[in-house]
Amino acid sequence: MSELTKLTIADARDKLAAKEITAVELTQSCLDAIEAADALGAFVHKTPEVALDQAKAADARIASGTAAPMTGIPLGIKDLFCTKGVNSQAASAILDGFKPEYESTITQQLFDAGAVMLGKLNMDEFAMGSSNETSTYGNAVNPWRRGNDDTALTPGGSSGGSASAVSADLCLGATGTDTGGSIRQPAAFTGIVGLKPTYGRCSRWGVVAFASSLDQAGPMVKSVRDAAIMGAAMMGHDPKDSTSADLPVPDFEAMLTGDIKGKVIGIPKEYRMDGMPDEIETLWADGAAMLKDAGAELRDISLPHTKYALPAYYVIAPAEASSNLARYDGVRFGHRAKLSQGDGINEMYEKTRAEGFGPEVQRRVMIGTYVLSAGFYDAYYNRARKVRALIKKDFEDVFASGVDAILTPATPSAAFGLGEMADADPVQMYLNDVFTVTVNLAGLPGISVPTGVDRQGLPLGLQLIGQPWEEGDLLNTAYALETAAGFMEKPQRWW
Amino acid sequence: MSIDTETARRVAKLARIAVPDENLPKLAEDLSGILDFMEQLNEVDVDGVEPMTSVTPMRLKRREDVVTDGDQQPAVLANAPDAREGFFAVPKVVE
Repeated sequence: MSELTKLTIADARDKLAAKEITAVELTQSCLDAIEAADALGAFVHKTPEVALDQAKAADARIASGTAAPMTGIPLGIKDLFCTKGVNSQAASAILDGFKPEYESTITQQLFDAGAVMLGKLNMDEFAMGSSNETSTYGNAVNPWRRGNDDTALTPGGSSGGSASAVSADLCLGATGTDTGGSIRQPAAFTGIVGLKPTYGRCSRWGVVAFASSLDQAGPMVKSVRDAAIMGAAMMGHDPKDSTSADLPVPDFEAMLTGDIKGKVIGIPKEYRMDGMPDEIETLWADGAAMLKDAGAELRDISLPHTKYALPAYYVIAPAEASSNLARYDGVRFGHRAKLSQGDGINEMYEKTRAEGFGPEVQRRVMIGTYVLSAGFYDAYYNRARKVRALIKKDFEDVFASGVDAILTPATPSAAFGLGEMADADPVQMYLNDVFTVTVNLAGLPGISVPTGVDRQGLPLGLQLIGQPWEEGDLLNTAYALETAAGFMEKPQRWW
Repeated sequence: MSIDTETARRVAKLARIAVPDENLPKLAEDLSGILDFMEQLNEVDVDGVEPMTSVTPMRLKRREDVVTDGDQQPAVLANAPDAREGFFAVPKVVE
């Protein structure tokens, strides 16, 4: 395999600018790598013609001296993003064959910046899952293995295809989305960097909705610097998204000084869970020590409502999902069930949704329907929204006391085996999000940075949580952590 | 809080998802497990707390109440499973 696909976005940009490589060469290397990597199940719709056309345009733009930082950079796009004329199915059978007539704002911004789309990436159905096992396309597979054990591991979810593709060097970066941890958990499971920006930073327009008050897109990349570059290209105000923030996007890359002297890093005691593996505990302590050595001050903090984040999330997210997914009715797009003689419109809805939605999506839509139904709305939905307000206040209080960022583990374990959770009850799978979901509830930016490996050689990540709209400061702290950790491991190629 | 099969049937109906009778007990069990997990929320003192309505406090932007888009019938219908004569077609709704 060509070495070109191993480049970071920053290095590729510099080599493109120096005319050492062309966008067409770089794109072709990625397309070759993708062709040889079907065993990973990462790319589910390949778009080589689109990619080569965009790459040629990028080369022309570079030659004309009008290149932007993302010009000529080959990316994978999560299947949740609507891409004009290219299948966009949210990994669901109910959107079988759906080819949008429009482009999502984020992919449009990336294309306007000259980026190249290699294809669409696998994910959990409607982004509901933590292992990429609910996809209609089948599993995405983690490029990492436990030593010489050939057990197939999950790349995490829901952005499992994005994580697998970036980790295996099939593309230089990928878009992800994060509703409860769907960028940060798969990034941690595959040894890459994943940034979930502040709620409102990236437009949700054209991104298939799961839970609209929690969904936020972001970059999944090989370095913190790349997160700064690609993140900036994805962000910005969009009049087509009513919750999009009308704020300028700073030059994040210019803010990566690595200088965090005097920064206060909060270590929340509630994230020290019973039964947490020693390795995670050690990773966390090591990460804190690295930040201290870099000149930051560590401070023990309390986020007292942490324990209630997961149950609140599993009321609010399904409630919003049941409403958002009402649009899949077999009328306007996607799948419609074959009807029997005499079937009316209700049978059409019920059969279409039973055939089109997988078991986890059905479960969540029904939970959401239940908690919003007459008599239960106050007991569940309104109570969850009140608890959510308290969770947000926990963070506000901590930030108001002078804390700049919060350090936590990204996940409670390393990647687990595909199928290992098949017999567990749904709540066991939900526990994967225990460290990440608070950030979505509070609308904060969070980033997962790989900082070590477990004793089986699998990557582990730490999460940094920042103040709203302070992605630049957060990225700089993450940069200091990345530099100190010096994580260089890559998966051994077996695919 | 436990969900019985009748409640599961009612929820499936409300969600417009056909669930065969033989699958209702397992569905009821799954939903009950998830709702039991949510019961923890009752431990929290939420007296006087306003339910969160907006992640980031912001005033929604306004614009002139004018037509900004339209004339896209072919694009709107392009992905329909059944479109005829410029309309979405569905089974008979009224007798």
